[in-house]
Amino acid sequence: MIRWLVVAIGLSVVATPVFAAEPIEIGVGYLGHAGVKAKLSLVEQPAENDGIAGARLAIEDNNTTGKFLNQRFTLEEVRLRDGEDVAQAAAALSGHNGFIIADLPADELLKAADALRDRGTVLFNAGATDDRLREADCRANVIHVAPTRSMLADALAQYLVWKQWKRWLLVVGSHDEDKLYADALRRAAGRFGAKIVQERIFEDTGGARRTDSGVTLIQRQMPVFTQQAPAYDVLVAADESEVFASYLPYRTWDPRPVAGSAGLVPTSWDAAQDQWGAIQIQNRFIKLNSRRMTALDMQAWTAARMIGEATSRIKSGDPKSVFEFLKRPDFSVAAFKGQRLTLRDWNQQLRQPILLVDGRMVVSVSPQEGFLHQVSELDTLGVDRPETRCKLH
Amino acid sequence: MWRHGLLFGVAAWLVTITPASAFLAYVSNEKSNTVSVIDTNSWTVIKTIKVGQRPRGIEFTKDGKLVLVAVGDDDKIEVIDVATGQVVDSLPSGPDPELFTQDAAGKILYVANENDNTVTVIDLEKRVRLGDIQVGVEPEGMAISPDGKILINTSETTNMAHFIDTTTREVVANVLVDARPRFAEFKRDGSELWVSSEIGGTVSVIDPAKHVVTGKITFSVPGLRSEAIQPVGISMTKDGKTAFIALGPANRVAVVDAARHTVLKYLLVGQRVWHMAFTPEEKYLLVTNGVSNDVSVIDVAAQKVIKSIQVGELPWGITIAQP
Repeated sequence: MIRWLVVAIGLSVVATPVFAAEPIEIGVGYLGHAGVKAKLSLVEQPAENDGIAGARLAIEDNNTTGKFLNQRFTLEEVRLRDGEDVAQAAAALSGHNGFIIADLPADELLKAADALRDRGTVLFNAGATDDRLREADCRANVIHVAPTRSMLADALAQYLVWKQWKRWLLVVGSHDEDKLYADALRRAAGRFGAKIVQERIFEDTGGARRTDSGVTLIQRQMPVFTQQAPAYDVLVAADESEVFASYLPYRTWDPRPVAGSAGLVPTSWDAAQDQWGAIQIQNRFIKLNSRRMTALDMQAWTAARMIGEATSRIKSGDPKSVFEFLKRPDFSVAAFKGQRLTLRDWNQQLRQPILLVDGRMVVSVSPQEGFLHQVSELDTLGVDRPETRCKLH
Repeated sequence: MWRHGLLFGVAAWLVTITPASAFLAYVSNEKSNTVSVIDTNSWTVIKTIKVGQRPRGIEFTKDGKLVLVAVGDDDKIEVIDVATGQVVDSLPSGPDPELFTQDAAGKILYVANENDNTVTVIDLEKRVRLGDIQVGVEPEGMAISPDGKILINTSETTNMAHFIDTTTREVVANVLVDARPRFAEFKRDGSELWVSSEIGGTVSVIDPAKHVVTGKITFSVPGLRSEAIQPVGISMTKDGKTAFIALGPANRVAVVDAARHTVLKYLLVGQRVWHMAFTPEEKYLLVTNGVSNDVSVIDVAAQKVIKSIQVGELPWGITIAQP
């Protein structure tokens, strides 16, 4: 187990009103796995500190605010190695931290949530996009900051339908998470009036992602794989496992755009996002971490900022009071998305606009204009209240 | 080429025949990197001035001779000479200056630097930097109390109005407001400070002596989702009776009873309305519409939008010389 403790930064620098009392200490834990998943594209290869780097920036932001309120935030990081018990690690981390930001796969997140249930620790899901964590398997002590697969798929579908690219060729990877993403994409197609003209499975036959003569081979494989398709407007790929999607753009048999896991990608954040004051956070992030900010960084930043937002309002670091405040209907947080983000009270999922990015630019932001909703247009993305299977206890 | 020549020709002609009652409004165009000059007699753009990268905050100096414009991506404030209509100098701010305010004498300039959590103090006569004041995350809104003793800065991610003593240049109080506070405005009698919260969707009314929020102005437009109501610019009439509040992507300006803190009316303007400025006699209020690239003219007494004027791309700030 690897442990880091980042102590509040930049506290003594500034002349501020002197507080007689000791500052309120607010401990935030970060629980994730050691090592990173390999990506097809070398430029997309995540850094070792993917996620935690965002939390670290938010802790710094919270401490800048905290110096005016006599609050001090700390961040403690725990990285699990293969085979280590997540429940035990979560329980240990909760000793000093009333809040834990987690980047864990669905099953492990549930184990951590159940281990923390009686301890009053608030768990923030920053990494898992699984819909079931917000539906049948929802937990009352978990706040979901990461968007769901269905939110991402709906965001993409709204744009493709707006663009009149309604005939989709769906290509799905052979791993479980690819299939889950494909489920969300099928649901989105049905909701917004797109038609999946054909589905194909791309079998993962193993092999290395880095090879010396890779391009030559891929250039032959991908056109063959995509030939003889019925007429379609856009190829939508579901490949969370990073096996094939990034090989598709410019290599399809028919000249068609690619979306989903490559090409036009729905995401909570991108290094190219510069609207709504986002340039400020991008600059701060680069200054602190010497690299660009990813979606996981942003999800962790938002989780830590939600904690800071609550503690500044209620002037307390007590996890129970913070959690109650976060669940209030008037709670909102600003996260450079052009509007306030709020929690869905039925499953504690953060409502948020979804960016559609091409790797260089933000192409669009969903919800798209014209997709209306009686409560919040953000609820046109993902599973809505009437459909939910979540029962919070 | 001939177009430019014609434009300048018209400009020169207008300057000579413009009656004394006409005023000039300077509008910063965030995307075009220009400043449009509007003649309030003809309601036309009579000149377009090239400035640095990403011009936003813009204000006349107190003597009316210069226009200062924060060019955020060039990390400085440019100085436009009103007589020649050209950039003649620049002031040293911190990184990414956005909004600023001057003391009553027009000698000291206070600048919010979004990028490094500071307010920079600049001597306007010597044009040198006097120092920095540490504030919260992403400083933006700036205002100075009518008695000149207190400087207000709002920080967008810290969500506070910081009260700074102008003599000691130290933060003496902090007041929490709703999310993403963008603009601060005092009533002329100093009795109230108003701070707009763009993401929170409210305007906080603060007692500047007690440093507490005493009320909140809220907005609701039928048929419009509440997330789209994002208050930004605020202007109040000199008598302190009426306020106008720009509501961003709600595409409306709220007319507010400044004593009761209630909305009287919503005026439909252009898209993503940002900031505003009165003509000196308060007959008209000009507001910038970021997305529709125009300026709406509001007849203050009638509370009606009477005109819109096309300017550059993404107009943001606006200033009119006050005699």
